[in-house]
Amino acid sequence: MQRIGVFVCHCGTNIAGTVDVVAVADALRLEPGVVVSEEYQYMCSEAGQNKIKDAIKANGLTGIVVCSCSPRMHEATFRKTAAAAGINPYMVEIANIREQVSWIHKDKAEGTEKAIILGRAAIAKVHLNAPLHAGESPVTKRALVIGGGIAGIQTALDIAEAGFPVDIVEKNPTIGGKMTQIDKTFPTLDCAACILTPKMVDCAQNENIRIFAYSEVEAVSGFVGNFTAKIRKKARYVDEVKCTGCGLCTEKCPQKKIPNEFNLGMDNRRAVYIPFAQAVPKIATIDAEHCTMLKTGKCGVCSKVCTAGAIDYKQTDTIIEEQYGAIVVATGYNPINLDKFDEFAYSQSPDVVTSLEFERLTNAAGPTAGTLLRPSDGKHPHTLVFVQCVGSRCDAGAEKGKQYCSKICCMYTAKHAMLVREKYPDTEVYVFYIDVRTPGKNFDEFYRRAVEEYGVHYIKGMVGKVVPEADGTLTVQASDLIANEQLKISADMVVLAAAIEPDKSARPLATMLTASMDTNDFFTEAHPKLRPVESPTAGIFLSGACQGPKDIPETVSQASAAAAKVIGLLAKNSLKGNPCVASSNEAMCNGCSSCERVCPYGAISYEDKEFRMPDRTTQIRRVASVNPAVCQGCGACTVACPSGAMDLRGFTNRQIMAEVDAICR
Amino acid sequence: MKFENERKQILRMSGVDPKKCMKCGKCSASCPSYDEMEYHPHQFVYMVDKGDIGPLLESESLYKCLSCFACIERCPRGVEPAKLVEAVRLLAVRKQGQNHMTADDVPGMLDEELPQQAIVSAFRKYTK
Repeated sequence: MQRIGVFVCHCGTNIAGTVDVVAVADALRLEPGVVVSEEYQYMCSEAGQNKIKDAIKANGLTGIVVCSCSPRMHEATFRKTAAAAGINPYMVEIANIREQVSWIHKDKAEGTEKAIILGRAAIAKVHLNAPLHAGESPVTKRALVIGGGIAGIQTALDIAEAGFPVDIVEKNPTIGGKMTQIDKTFPTLDCAACILTPKMVDCAQNENIRIFAYSEVEAVSGFVGNFTAKIRKKARYVDEVKCTGCGLCTEKCPQKKIPNEFNLGMDNRRAVYIPFAQAVPKIATIDAEHCTMLKTGKCGVCSKVCTAGAIDYKQTDTIIEEQYGAIVVATGYNPINLDKFDEFAYSQSPDVVTSLEFERLTNAAGPTAGTLLRPSDGKHPHTLVFVQCVGSRCDAGAEKGKQYCSKICCMYTAKHAMLVREKYPDTEVYVFYIDVRTPGKNFDEFYRRAVEEYGVHYIKGMVGKVVPEADGTLTVQASDLIANEQLKISADMVVLAAAIEPDKSARPLATMLTASMDTNDFFTEAHPKLRPVESPTAGIFLSGACQGPKDIPETVSQASAAAAKVIGLLAKNSLKGNPCVASSNEAMCNGCSSCERVCPYGAISYEDKEFRMPDRTTQIRRVASVNPAVCQGCGACTVACPSGAMDLRGFTNRQIMAEVDAICR
Repeated sequence: MKFENERKQILRMSGVDPKKCMKCGKCSASCPSYDEMEYHPHQFVYMVDKGDIGPLLESESLYKCLSCFACIERCPRGVEPAKLVEAVRLLAVRKQGQNHMTADDVPGMLDEELPQQAIVSAFRKYTK
């Protein structure tokens, strides 16, 4: 028989206002096994905790029930209190009489009755509690960062700075990500390349960082502290060690008409290419899809001109296997496809561009060498219309678009509008907005400058349609809601602030990592406020726009935060697990695999085990086994198991039934 | 609210939830008969939501809507303003106990300048 102590908290008037705490303590004192039952104003205070410790020592208690706030709030606190007084921390149960009683009920008599019932349930559970001990597992002191944009770069640099080795896996031939394509950055208007490329170089030169560019993560197994990843290094057909990045091959290759991804298809590159001058690593890559030599075996020009002898047409993909203690996801975002938005004539006119394309058109390294020219005829545009919220903030039932606000568009549109007016004062610039959202340091001031100093016409309303005219102009039909007018503007260019969405690689990666995602394919954080850079899956961390739309300052802050969490993990030599994990009763397990299929963490595997049978015979049966380091204690398997062999320690079926019985008594 | 019953009736007939509107004005930006209308599509949504239905019932705008459904097609929030215009129109027709005209009157009013869309929608409107 357990010797149980019950401690009822007033939580000031939070609980005591709606629950008669003295009556609760009196009622629970009569329950079997209860030796002491007390109430106090703040159980979580030092005095309250001392009350518990003293009662444990004075009465030789073996189990504790605290009737207080949610276990999310103070379960850890009271477990520590119990441990300090010498009893196993898992002998503590919380009856939540604040969130589940006082905060949601008005009637004191009803509230008191419910509090007593919840207290009884907790007491019934403690009777069946057993001391639990957390296991330990070692930590591999190396981190994997998936994605080499500014988020991945910042995370890797911070981890490396703390002295731990980091590998960056980037699917493109160079690291740098979207930021390399951006011209200027708001709200200070410094050049994106000028602040990014030094960081890229730092990555390349840091002894602790290895860059696997043009590579993809193919498989991940293991658990926090002990992941194993398989990385596919795609064939570049260029020897990375020999290539000096001189670029001679990229000038001589006869295949000239391949759309250049870096400039979003607005100019061409060769079949052997270096994405841009500051690429890291600065190594040429042969595009196997377009290379004549690889397709037909006839050409070999690049090989002839290469003085370093780096071209290797026989190169194949290689697989690298490496151990990691922590994995950071930094897979980033892309603008959405605008094919479904016919009304804006995006696929009909080259003069209707997305904002990212506009970045290239104003970038010195872009297809027009930084001079803003109309893509259709290369003439200087005089009237520009910017359309905000294209595909953002759509209804859940809409066929196209995203429900969320893409967050970055208001600011980059203000930036574009301002830069156009500054460089070309002869232009008229219109911005159609629904709301201008500028919460950020110096953001609203920036937007106001666009309006007040640069004379950008901000119009509250939306564009209904864009019609390409025979004379090469675009007729923009829009509403001005404040004037209550419908406008028809003859424009030279239209720029669409397309919504952003997570990169397509995120979904399969989440499956590989058993990390959860929301319906938009953004990675879910462990807690939206208090654990924003961790995935609910232990050892997986989130950096940048893979978790939600973010601008550069916010991405960098989150990247450093993720790095801090990784450093905290890698600094440990071993990890204490959560003892509340599933375990299988092998005598009852029928090997059906139901639990393996429902486990969201991949913690369950099957093994053939030999069992002793009657008459000195043995039998080999297939039984489930749980890896306690991977199991997160969600309990899905215990419900799925048809034979009742699976049980969750700390939340056994017997304990839960005892609670239900106590409630129904 | 003075027109509370009418408001409820309009919402029930149209199946539209004006609370979904984020006031972007894309409906009025898309409307081909915008200049003909005293109250524009976005105003219909706003005024019905407020219960300001009296002026709408009196307005010529009810009969200027082409029922081309451009506003429904383009609305990012799925509000469907044209259905709201249609419901207010039905309410006006029912209140007066008679229609302004019947489908039989349409052929007599045709002229070559009239867009086909208008003829189709005129039949759609008055064959009720």
